[in-house]
Amino acid sequence: MMSDVSLSIDGKRVSVQKGTNILGAAKSIGVNIPHLCFEERLSPISACRLCLVEVEGMESLVAACSYPVAEGMIVKTNSARVKEARRVVLELILSDHPLDCLTCEKSGSCQLENYAYELEILSSRFKGEKSHYPLDKSNPFIERDPDKCILCGRCVAVCGEVQMCFVLDFAQRGFKTRMSTGLDRLLPKTSCTFCGSCISVCPVGALTEKERRFKGREWELEKVSTICPYCGCGCAITLNIKNGRIVKITSDPEGYVNEGWLCSKGKFGFDFIHSPDRLKYPLVKKGGELKEVSWDEALGFVAEKLKKIKEKYGSESIAGLSSAKCSNEENYLFQKFMRAVLGTNNVDHCARLCHASTVAGLARAFGSGAMTNSMAEIKNADCILITGSNTSETHPIIALKIKEALRKNGARLIVVDPRKIEMTKFSHLWLRQKPGTDVALFNGMMNVIISEGLHDKEFILKRTQGFEKLKEMLHQYTPDYVEGISGVPAHSIISAARMYSKADRASIIFAMGITQHTTGTDNVLSLANLAMLTGNVGKESSGVNPLRGQNNVQGACDMGALPNVYPGYQSVSEERIREKFEQMWRVDLPQKVGLTVVEMIHAAEEGKLKAMYIMGENPFLSDPNSNLTRRALEKLDFLVVQDIFPTETSEYADVILPAASFAEKEGTFTNTERRVQRVRRALEVPGQAKADWEIISDLAVRLGYPMKYSSPARIMDEIASLTPIYGGITYERLDKRGLQWPCPNRDHPGTKFLHQGRFTRGLGKFHPTPYREAVELPDEEYPFILSTGRVLFHWHTGTMTRRVKGLEEIYPQNLVEIHPLDAQKLSLKDADLARVISRRGKVVIRVKVTDISPPGVVFMSFHFKEAAANLLTIDALDPVAKIPELKVCAVRIEKCTV
Amino acid sequence: MNKNVNKGVNKELLKELVEKYKNESGALIPILQEIQESFGYLPEETLIFVSDEMDIPLGRIWGVVTFYSQFYLSPRGRNIIRLCRGTACHVRGGKRLLEKVERVLGIKRGETTPDFEFTLETVRCLGTCFLAPVIMINHDYFGRVTPGKVENILQQYIP
Repeated sequence: MMSDVSLSIDGKRVSVQKGTNILGAAKSIGVNIPHLCFEERLSPISACRLCLVEVEGMESLVAACSYPVAEGMIVKTNSARVKEARRVVLELILSDHPLDCLTCEKSGSCQLENYAYELEILSSRFKGEKSHYPLDKSNPFIERDPDKCILCGRCVAVCGEVQMCFVLDFAQRGFKTRMSTGLDRLLPKTSCTFCGSCISVCPVGALTEKERRFKGREWELEKVSTICPYCGCGCAITLNIKNGRIVKITSDPEGYVNEGWLCSKGKFGFDFIHSPDRLKYPLVKKGGELKEVSWDEALGFVAEKLKKIKEKYGSESIAGLSSAKCSNEENYLFQKFMRAVLGTNNVDHCARLCHASTVAGLARAFGSGAMTNSMAEIKNADCILITGSNTSETHPIIALKIKEALRKNGARLIVVDPRKIEMTKFSHLWLRQKPGTDVALFNGMMNVIISEGLHDKEFILKRTQGFEKLKEMLHQYTPDYVEGISGVPAHSIISAARMYSKADRASIIFAMGITQHTTGTDNVLSLANLAMLTGNVGKESSGVNPLRGQNNVQGACDMGALPNVYPGYQSVSEERIREKFEQMWRVDLPQKVGLTVVEMIHAAEEGKLKAMYIMGENPFLSDPNSNLTRRALEKLDFLVVQDIFPTETSEYADVILPAASFAEKEGTFTNTERRVQRVRRALEVPGQAKADWEIISDLAVRLGYPMKYSSPARIMDEIASLTPIYGGITYERLDKRGLQWPCPNRDHPGTKFLHQGRFTRGLGKFHPTPYREAVELPDEEYPFILSTGRVLFHWHTGTMTRRVKGLEEIYPQNLVEIHPLDAQKLSLKDADLARVISRRGKVVIRVKVTDISPPGVVFMSFHFKEAAANLLTIDALDPVAKIPELKVCAVRIEKCTV
Repeated sequence: MNKNVNKGVNKELLKELVEKYKNESGALIPILQEIQESFGYLPEETLIFVSDEMDIPLGRIWGVVTFYSQFYLSPRGRNIIRLCRGTACHVRGGKRLLEKVERVLGIKRGETTPDFEFTLETVRCLGTCFLAPVIMINHDYFGRVTPGKVENILQQYIP
């Protein structure tokens, strides 16, 4: 603990920690010192001089934002001298300000305006030249008006310090000084990621959201706090609404998860809510055409069809896909509907395609398949190992925590990834393994750790089992042997092993690059082995941390939208548990474990599955081998799709049910760090759309099963009563910060990190993981490895982001990344069209020549239906988790001459 | 005068210059000075190269090169004329000298001849008041210059 210092501010005694600045000390007793450049989340800039205060015994005034307190200091924040100095500072700033406050978007929340009012400044006594620069509207998101800039430097600080993008800086000198980019380039030509953080810190109207122009004054906006519907970070966002339309998105700096920072999707990705394409009425196929019908007719029809199919072919002939985009309450009801109403465990969702291997692997090793530690803890790690996660593009806010650890804590960063992702720019070590050789590589690191005696012997002895078997298996994985398999130099393997094992708090962060393999479960197990070997589980700022993709994929899993477990990972095969649910749900439940996502598609194609109910998913684009998916969907007798938009999947539907978006309903999402958070209704649904939970309840009733809830809060009460890890969760308790499960009872504060003192399964278990090759490797006919993934500006199958004008403008089409050497061999140039062909399909796509992917490997995203990556991918599955191998398949590439 | 000036960016030379300073911190300004000395100004591609190689954000480099008046971002003459407009030179006829140089070269101060042979600048003082009025061309000083001598002096620099 740092010692306290006491001082007097405006005659009041105050005691604060040593090192605090005067501004902070004053704030702690409710004295607000005016400031423009100071921002609590950034280092002091000391540029604006507005926070000048008088310190007794000092000749000149000092800047309160950066002047540290000292024992016995006497500070006056409001003396005549101070006030006059502030007035001068403000008048100087105002002397070169456009003063177009009448139509300035910032009016009402402009700090310059507020202080001018506070200090009663009518006009500036300083007359002179004014700056006249053109307005920068070069990009769809950020409008820059250099004339309004007061040169406080906050945008420079946030761009460099927090985002580590370093796009903005001061240029020129003297009166001509202004904010600029390198070479004065327009933002789209820089490395700007359009996170909008510069807008959120700008105290004046120099940086504003372009789309909000003339859509509403600050005081007219209704503000609703909710959770971002994109990735698993679960950022707090505030919808700013006027007349039922979203004007802009902001985020509260007090927000616990993201501290007010957002990414381009979270800040700007919301056009889709108001899109004219939204589904507004139930549609039923009649005579080959979809016709608008009433809810009564649509649900009546669905109920009748499902009932008939169940009677004729049995419950097992029906399957449902739940949705990681929907709320916990809706996922709970969906699986309850499938199990209790239709009588089948055939319920799964897209987690199968992303983290099924994580859930399977970590459950085996630790007893729980979730992120072991919390996002905020990453900041304090000494060593961070990122593997198979393009963190800055797919989980931008978690990338910020990693960057903070590097910057503030001097953490070491190891990136293990075949692609030269952005995070490699900041890494101390980058191991570029051949795709699909992860297990060998981690085995190699563990071989080094053991042979150099760097393992945590006490932890292994007290907390784990199975070490001897692991050690025996690791014997052959010497660095040289592993270099032969993975292509990573032996010395890098040794350095990485030392760097990771010597850290006090080492954190592993991983995502789909680890999980989406036929060896996905083994990959995860090897990471669990690595963490346990070095005692990096069950303590703060360490652990094995899978980054969950969807906003509520953690919750959808927690709610039992999986074929083998009920809510809270309670096994359907365990009689005691099944009886509990039978009692609560008052119905007999099926014993047989259900089908997984890709198994459902296979079963449908084979004619074994007759009907599917798909809620908020788009398997046609998201699942591997789209041609197979198409055949399967065509073959179904009956397909119900419930979504907010028509999708590639709904083209095969017999009934389409219009759902409410996240902004139009109440509920909860559980983010990647197991934090259950409140989603709040802010808008009216379009047309007759209904929240998914209401639709499912109505349908259940029509099928003769009583399912009535007055609100999602009541559904959560039922969840809590049946799900020990959610036992203490109620809407009232979630209000401010949410709660991290396990939260077994109402007095429990939630759990920051798992496995402290004891693993969920008792002892942690080492699983020997010998290296296995990927199923489909390149050969003469198909000489390239295709890897698939996401990009920053789009989301999943593009249903939402491709309806956001700005995101489409910035990233309008799919690109296949090809290494310059390969491009040369194929005579391909940047922006050429190429045909990418696998054994399962082909797509025509534009080429991006870049060294991001290594020679022999090409990469494309799966966001675009026009060049759908999953036409090419292979539907081979991990034997344990049934996750498909979306990261490795063989393709060939031909130049397209159109 | 350096032989590489205005001959486009010699990549080998650029690489060599950056390599020399690559592992030194705080070397940005000397590097930029050397590049300018070699190429006559700071072509955009050299700034991008320095940014990539030295891992310094382009925005920061831009801040430096636009802050200091010594850095030039567009091509300049192969020869730089610095004509002194300090007090001593003024008293000794500096103004008439400037008018003469402007007439001979057909450009105003601050401009470059269309053939990129000469750039004409005026400066406050060259520290050689005892030679007033003074013209400096590249690294050469010419003292007690009269308008009549101007043509002869400039002639020496035309290839």
